[in-house]
Amino acid sequence: MQAGNGTILSIRDLRKAFGGLVAVRDISFDIPEGRIFGLIGPNGSGKTTVLNLITAELSADSGSILFEGREMVGRQSFEVCRARIARTFQLVRVLPYMTTRENVMLGRMFGSAPTSPAQAAQDADALLERVGMAGRADLVASQLTYIDQKRIELARALATHPKLLLLDEWLAGLNPSELRIGIDLIRQICQDGVTIVMIEHVMEAIRALCDRVAVMNAGDKIAEGTPASVLSDPEVMHAYLGADDAAA
Amino acid sequence: MLDALRNARAAAALIVIAAIALAFVPLFSSGYVMSVFILLFANVALATAWSFFSGATRYISLATAAFFGIGIYVLAIAHVYVPVPVALIAAAIIGFLVALVVGLSTLRLRGVYFVVFTFGLTELIHQVLNWWEVKINHTVSRFIFTDVSNIAIYETLLVAALITIVGSWYVNQIRLGYALRAIGEDETVARHAGINTTRVKVVCFALSASVMAFVGAVLALRYPYVDASIAFNSTWSFQVLIAALLGGGGRAWGPAIGAIPLVLLSEYLAGTFPHHFSIALGLCFVVIVYFLPGGLTRLVLRLYHSWLVPQLKKAEVL
Ligand SMILES: Nc1ncnc2c1ncn2[C@@H]1O[C@H](COP(=O)(O)OP(=O)(O)O)[C@@H](O)[C@H]1O
Ligand SMILES: [Mg+2]
Repeated sequence: MQAGNGTILSIRDLRKAFGGLVAVRDISFDIPEGRIFGLIGPNGSGKTTVLNLITAELSADSGSILFEGREMVGRQSFEVCRARIARTFQLVRVLPYMTTRENVMLGRMFGSAPTSPAQAAQDADALLERVGMAGRADLVASQLTYIDQKRIELARALATHPKLLLLDEWLAGLNPSELRIGIDLIRQICQDGVTIVMIEHVMEAIRALCDRVAVMNAGDKIAEGTPASVLSDPEVMHAYLGADDAAA
Repeated sequence: MLDALRNARAAAALIVIAAIALAFVPLFSSGYVMSVFILLFANVALATAWSFFSGATRYISLATAAFFGIGIYVLAIAHVYVPVPVALIAAAIIGFLVALVVGLSTLRLRGVYFVVFTFGLTELIHQVLNWWEVKINHTVSRFIFTDVSNIAIYETLLVAALITIVGSWYVNQIRLGYALRAIGEDETVARHAGINTTRVKVVCFALSASVMAFVGAVLALRYPYVDASIAFNSTWSFQVLIAALLGGGGRAWGPAIGAIPLVLLSEYLAGTFPHHFSIALGLCFVVIVYFLPGGLTRLVLRLYHSWLVPQLKKAEVL
């Protein structure tokens, strides 16, 4: 077990191309354990692809992903999950015909600390309460609102018992009061010992939660540092707003 | 929770009573009635086995006839050398092994590609076997000489159908069942929730195939001879698919209640209009898709909750 301030995930020269399009170009960064790390950048800059590479949804062309010192490149998604890395999806994915409880049970039954269905049902109810879904355990997932489906996804990810949680624009689409609840929830999860990497466009959340941020643009990492320093970097402004706005 | 428990007990009691009653049917029935029941049990086992894998995962397989045919051929070849029970078990094992190999190489195909592949597989095995028989063995058909009675066939298939239904129900309750359903609903989510989807799919596909091969082998005991066209007839694949769809998914007994009317209907039609059987099969398909989207299962459950339960309550049974 590593100390609280060690590196939990270390990415080196990671590369992925789709045909001629290099979506992730030889990027490297370290995720400190026990913190919240932000991954930002304009649409299409390769953030989701990085998440897909970490969770083996896509296979890397080259590079290395060390999680607690163990190589994740070359493993399958279920193995990454069992190694204690969990994720949510940018476009919310729930099992539509299963109930809320069954959705969450799945993570419990097959994650890194598998349990029996009966035990998983109990744990699922506790997790649903934690994400603010108490009393909705028996509803079929497809009938829920977008926001509630996002909560299911988070509970399912937590149910796998992760050390590292990857959130892909989990806060997108929340109204201001939901956003505040969401930010508190993410902070709470981190305080309970889960390291978090969050892709996010909501700068308010990035400022409130992240210790460190990496910025991507067109497959490259163009900046890394504290939210304050990164967000005042002219190159970052340029990437987000385009040349004219940055010059203006 | 209590309701579910009571339902499970009632279902178990119903199955035990039905099984005992059915076990004694041969004592009182003619050869014709027995052969209808034999066909019924075979179709119930096949449809349940099909649904166990394809219904849950939505990998729609048209390879039922392939595994069924493998069972027939294993029996036809093996019964000459080994006792019939050994040949039957060999059929189940070989069906399992072939499905394991097929599954490993094809279960990455999704949707219509998988459907077409499984359909092609049946035809491929059919043609290869035909070639092997003609070129190497210099024959087109094999005779089956056994003294297995109709009663033994009847009882074997009854037990096979029951084991398939109860086994399928049991798997639904355990982690494996959840994994199968999760794969059917969103395989990506299943993978990222820690499920070894390849292993789950391949093992369950093979389990389902072993039942199909076993049923084929048992039914082969009734044939005087077999050839590749008899053994690998895709009508079996379609009939089983329709039975399972007619029954509807979600319950272990669903495919069984789909198979029963289909077999009875096809028996009736085959007797009365031998040439219109496939038209009737097609009509069934249309009716299911348009009028019974949840299959007979949903109809039965609706009748049970809206009619039978109130009646029983009124009569103070519940
Ligand atoms: N599976 C894929 N196949 C082909 N191109 C892809 C695939 N996934 C992403 N891309 C492309 O890679 C680039 C980066 O996409 P993505 O990682 O989703 O960006 P972001 O999450 O930063 O918006 C985009 O141009 C996108 O079209
Ligand atoms: Mg994205």
